[in-house]
Amino acid sequence: GRGRGRGRGQMTFNVEAVGIGKGDALPPPTLQPSPLFPALERRAAPLPGGEEGEYMLALKQELRRAMRGLPYFIKPGAPRRDIERYSDKYQLSSPVDNAIDWNPDWRRLPRELKIRVRRLRKGRTAPLVPKQHAALDKEETIKKLESLEKKEEEVTSEEEEEKEEEEEGKEEEEEEYDEEEHEEETDYILSYFDNGESFGPDSDDNGDEAVY
Amino acid sequence: MTQAELRLCSLLLQEHFGEIVEKVGNSLLRTGPRPLRLLVGDTGLLPDQVKKALCVLIQHNLVHYEVQPRGSVEYEARSERILRILRYPRYIYTAKTLYGDPGELLVEELLLHGHLPMSCAVARVADRLTETMEDGKTMDYTEVSSTFVRLADTHFIQRCPIVPETPQSAKSLPPPAPALAIAEKDMYVVPRLSLVGKGKRRHSCDEEEEQEHKAKRQKKEGGSSETPPDDGIYWQVNLERFHQHFRDQALVSAVASRMDQTSSEVVRTMLRMSEVTTASGASHTQPLSSNEIFRSLPAGYNIGKQVLDQYLALLADDPLEFVGKSGDSGGGTYTVSILCGELGIPRPETLPSSGFGSRCARIFRLLLRKKHLEQKQVEDFAMIPAKEAKDMLYRMLSENLVSLQEIPKTPDHAPSRTFYLYTVNVMAAARMLLHRCYKSVANLMERRQHEMRENKRLLEKSQRVEAILASMQATGAEAAQLHEVEEMITGPERQQLENLKRNVNKIDASENQVDETIFVLESFIESTMKR
Repeated sequence: GRGRGRGRGQMTFNVEAVGIGKGDALPPPTLQPSPLFPALERRAAPLPGGEEGEYMLALKQELRRAMRGLPYFIKPGAPRRDIERYSDKYQLSSPVDNAIDWNPDWRRLPRELKIRVRRLRKGRTAPLVPKQHAALDKEETIKKLESLEKKEEEVTSEEEEEKEEEEEGKEEEEEEYDEEEHEEETDYILSYFDNGESFGPDSDDNGDEAVY
Repeated sequence: MTQAELRLCSLLLQEHFGEIVEKVGNSLLRTGPRPLRLLVGDTGLLPDQVKKALCVLIQHNLVHYEVQPRGSVEYEARSERILRILRYPRYIYTAKTLYGDPGELLVEELLLHGHLPMSCAVARVADRLTETMEDGKTMDYTEVSSTFVRLADTHFIQRCPIVPETPQSAKSLPPPAPALAIAEKDMYVVPRLSLVGKGKRRHSCDEEEEQEHKAKRQKKEGGSSETPPDDGIYWQVNLERFHQHFRDQALVSAVASRMDQTSSEVVRTMLRMSEVTTASGASHTQPLSSNEIFRSLPAGYNIGKQVLDQYLALLADDPLEFVGKSGDSGGGTYTVSILCGELGIPRPETLPSSGFGSRCARIFRLLLRKKHLEQKQVEDFAMIPAKEAKDMLYRMLSENLVSLQEIPKTPDHAPSRTFYLYTVNVMAAARMLLHRCYKSVANLMERRQHEMRENKRLLEKSQRVEAILASMQATGAEAAQLHEVEEMITGPERQQLENLKRNVNKIDASENQVDETIFVLESFIESTMKR
């Protein structure tokens, strides 16, 4: 081919073959990156509507909302605050700790992944049953021991213990209630407590509302 | 993996499983398979968090593990499976059209939880269906079970690989991770269970406490004290089968638009007959004799045998080769060609038109048909003035939709004595478009999240107001009080919320739309590569 630099604007191939005729004005050189939002030359075609589209749209949003509520959605731990607050003990949202919220089939998973199972908290919206005192000595001692740890909530041993109780034929109400008892060792109903600092999807019990 | 795919996977994981899972998934996607401790080091998360995330990902089949010969376990992310999360609504909707509400909810539960035992899935779905029924009515397990069995029979759901039976007296230590496997023939076998029961409603204030607690106990995660009869047998959704169904649908509609309703019904019947006999990657169905086809036509179609034969002959003769004749036994045997080539090409054809205009599309189609054309020939055949044709060709060239092919006349490849032909490299074009699609969806998702973040304060306020309204209504407040609470959201705020909702809906619908295109392009690329 030709030497470099001789004759400005010459290409190695015959430009006429590609269609650029002699003397045709070429587009000006680009001196800056292309604009972030270039003007649209033509409008996009309208989205297909119809029953199918509407239904799939609703499904998609519903799925998104549902998955946020499942235990598979791992929320990052609450940020450490500058000082310990009294209300931390009674926060509803649990910080990330070494427990898992659902019960996977450990036989199907590598052994190294096994961690403690935390019993899922259900019945948040349950109207609370009036207290019934029952002899839960064994439980109370253990409960007290456990409540010494700050972040402790529920442990698998508790679950087993409760199962034993069931078999011993204790009343059903206790179980439902044990949940509340063990968590907070106070007379106050935890779900009524709201320190107003975190008002987010966690405390939105009204699951029927669509989240956009 | 391209950057666009990575970014999209990242967004999908974050939206559906949270940031921790996203970080872990990201690390695996970017750097490939690795063992646990490297993962912990790479992500900077706590070991327990990483373990949790891995459990979630494995549960949902997004990551699989492999025991290395040295004994460590390596985890690998499956990017193509993560991208399927986009298609979940389509799978669920398809299940609804085929098997009604129980089918829809079964597929939804299986997708939400990754995999479930049959007893668990049936119980959950029955409960959910019961919720929607009138007071006093409940959904029986048998109906849900039978839908489950039908889904398994038509291969829409399949069994997960199972833990191998280890002998009781294992001399060596149990392996660090189970090697799950399942034989092809077992994949769709439904265990013989007698699931008896009815769905339970979530408690309402009127129900007795005892019933309430019973229901609660039933709902607890793994709460039943006895092991379910199908312990260890898990089911998952068979995505490939759904994809096959989508392809069939596209074929049928292509035939319908090209010929007529009846011929599309014939093709639909043929496809239905070979649903389970066609292997997932096959290019043709098994041969079907026209007698069989005649017998399997849907009841409403009263076409005579000869008319059917005529239709089959017409279909076989069609240049697009939807149907091929493969023999004469039984009145002629026919196969349906599932190759997506025929479908893939119409789709990329339409894409230039949306981005470039219908004239570009004309040029594109022309090049597809004629394979190679010179500049001058393009202008002539497409009947477009030279200047415009040039402009369009260069634009498409710069976007890599068309490419230049050099044909030298002389051995020294002198430019003045070389033909330059425009051509379309279909695979490259398809890949490029697919890449664009991934980018588009990622952009759409980011924009949607941005919109939500911008209006977060307003959304929270409206949620609070709704919650207050709901609780007030439950406790029987007067209309005036309710009105007062409603007023808390001002007119302009309402307007803003309306706009937000409209925009988010539009973006979501667009995401669904782009996913359809992604499906066609991916199938096309996959089937062409197999040839």
